[in-house]
Amino acid sequence: MSKLIDRIIPDPVRCITGISAYEAEGGFRALKKAARAGPDFVIEEIVRAGLRGRGGAGFPTGRKWAAVAEDTATPKYIICNADEGEPGTFKDRLILEKNPFLLIEGMALAAFTVKAGVGYIYLRGEYPALFHLLEDVIAQCRKKGYIGPDFMGTGADLELYVHRGAGAYICGEETAMIESLEGKRGQPRSRPPYTVNYGYMGKPTLASNVETFANVPIILNIGAESYSKIGSPESPGPKLFSVSGDVVRPGVYELPMGVPLSEIIYEHCGGIKGGRALKAVIPGGVSTAVLRSDDLACRMDFTSKCEGSMGIIGSGAVIVFDEETCMVHTAYRIAKFFAHESCGKCTPCREGTDWIRAILLRMEQGLGVEDDIRLLREVCGNIAGNSFCALGDSAAISTIGFLDKFGDEFEAHIKGKTCPFGGPV
Amino acid sequence: MLPAEAVSQINNTLEKYPDSRSALLPALYIAQRHVGHLPLDALHAVATLLDLPDAHVRGVASFHVMFRDSPGGRHLVQLCTNVSCMLAASSGLLDVLKEHFGLRPGATSPDNRFTLLEGECIGECEKVPAMLVDSDVHTGLTAESIIEILARYE
Ligand SMILES: Cc1cc2nc3c(=O)[nH]c(=O)nc-3n(C[C@H](O)[C@H](O)[C@H](O)COP(=O)(O)O)c2cc1C
Repeated sequence: MSKLIDRIIPDPVRCITGISAYEAEGGFRALKKAARAGPDFVIEEIVRAGLRGRGGAGFPTGRKWAAVAEDTATPKYIICNADEGEPGTFKDRLILEKNPFLLIEGMALAAFTVKAGVGYIYLRGEYPALFHLLEDVIAQCRKKGYIGPDFMGTGADLELYVHRGAGAYICGEETAMIESLEGKRGQPRSRPPYTVNYGYMGKPTLASNVETFANVPIILNIGAESYSKIGSPESPGPKLFSVSGDVVRPGVYELPMGVPLSEIIYEHCGGIKGGRALKAVIPGGVSTAVLRSDDLACRMDFTSKCEGSMGIIGSGAVIVFDEETCMVHTAYRIAKFFAHESCGKCTPCREGTDWIRAILLRMEQGLGVEDDIRLLREVCGNIAGNSFCALGDSAAISTIGFLDKFGDEFEAHIKGKTCPFGGPV
Repeated sequence: MLPAEAVSQINNTLEKYPDSRSALLPALYIAQRHVGHLPLDALHAVATLLDLPDAHVRGVASFHVMFRDSPGGRHLVQLCTNVSCMLAASSGLLDVLKEHFGLRPGATSPDNRFTLLEGECIGECEKVPAMLVDSDVHTGLTAESIIEILARYE
């Protein structure tokens, strides 16, 4: 079988940016199939395949598509979340660089299925080159009739546009992204109403991650039955992992859901650089809790849990730390990120994230006091569950994860009044 | 005031959206590209074009790191210091930039050539450390290569 049909990134070194190359290897076959079989068939297949959203939360995609399809309000919109701001995550960039037509095919399938006439790709501002690439890819698809007026002879119209973000992590949060697309500050909305019924311009909106859209043509190509047998039964399918940090071969790896963390690090990425020992791994982007070397057997999917941790797969960004890394410094750098990116809408997150940053900074500088660990936990407790969106929760989960797994390093900083790793901050 | 070309480019983006307010981010990008930064009169011109209150436009512009309210240097350097780049000692590169170009995070070099920002993740985590210079991505930086790369920007 052609790799293009069942893989998200068929060839890590080749960029398929010409439409005839994509067509020649089976591209748009899924869209043709859907145009014949109808929208209900597409939704059924996605539900049977068991696809879950790749943006981090793992929401069942079939249910989302069905909810937008069932809403009778018009017009409807689709939005691709290509804001990819979670530090350590670069898989969506790889999809857009190597196989951008797959995303467009997924979006065309979505528009056809939920009956949306307009779609936007919300692209992160830090990816300027991809803006032009995507505009070109969209123009090629329109010329060939895969999108545009009466696309694929469906009688429906579809226009796709690229919308550039301007450097705010919070705009990756679905409702903040919609506010931002509407020309407002990217601050999250309260829910309900949910995006599927009340999204862009208050209309039914399907918002999904790049990788989620890219999975749909694969489901139709190989059939829900075969798809559901890839990887973990509860959250099947191929998954992209962005691996960075102290491994021999960092990069994006396309592996079945449920692959053990140890296999990613030691088999695919060649283990730890310089023959050093592994100290810690952040399994799913900085919003997930850090793990120790004895947690590596855990499986990377939406349902498995590791000792003392919430979800582990997150955005699929695996960041690996060797024995020489200071965990207090790392916790501080992540806390600084969350404090910088807090949108300021709610008090627990706006105030709390900055307190976490400040306390971790003084610990790293050797100025921490005995009570600081308790204080940190208290601040985290005040944020978790009380912030308006998950950004505040993430800051708390990250910090508590470091305290739980590497408490001894925090105590060493306080007792020794210095960073034992000679850490510069 | 905005040049006529900027105005026509902004008007062209309007057709992508069901209302003019949604065109605000693209309009701010266009204005900044033509003016170099976003002074109050440029923000006012955008507000007038899109039929929005000035305060709304200022609020949105100030929310985003990509929009600048002061001229700054001729080139914007964003060096990533987030976790993956941190592990590749990107903070050492900050020292190199200070020594060689007199650059400090958040400030502009004395010759007005560069403004430096300590950046968040730019999604180039497999080829660390990484930086953006204007729209150009540079990866796998070393103390030598960062000097050599920046020397190309006048
Ligand atoms: C602070 C924050 C940032 C987020 N950033 C992104 C992002 O960059 N890309 C993304 O797809 N989802 C991001 N999400 C998740 C989205 O809110 C949403 O769950 C997702 O886009 C839904 O798509 P899916 O069903 O395909 O997973 C973020 C969530 C939060 C709370």
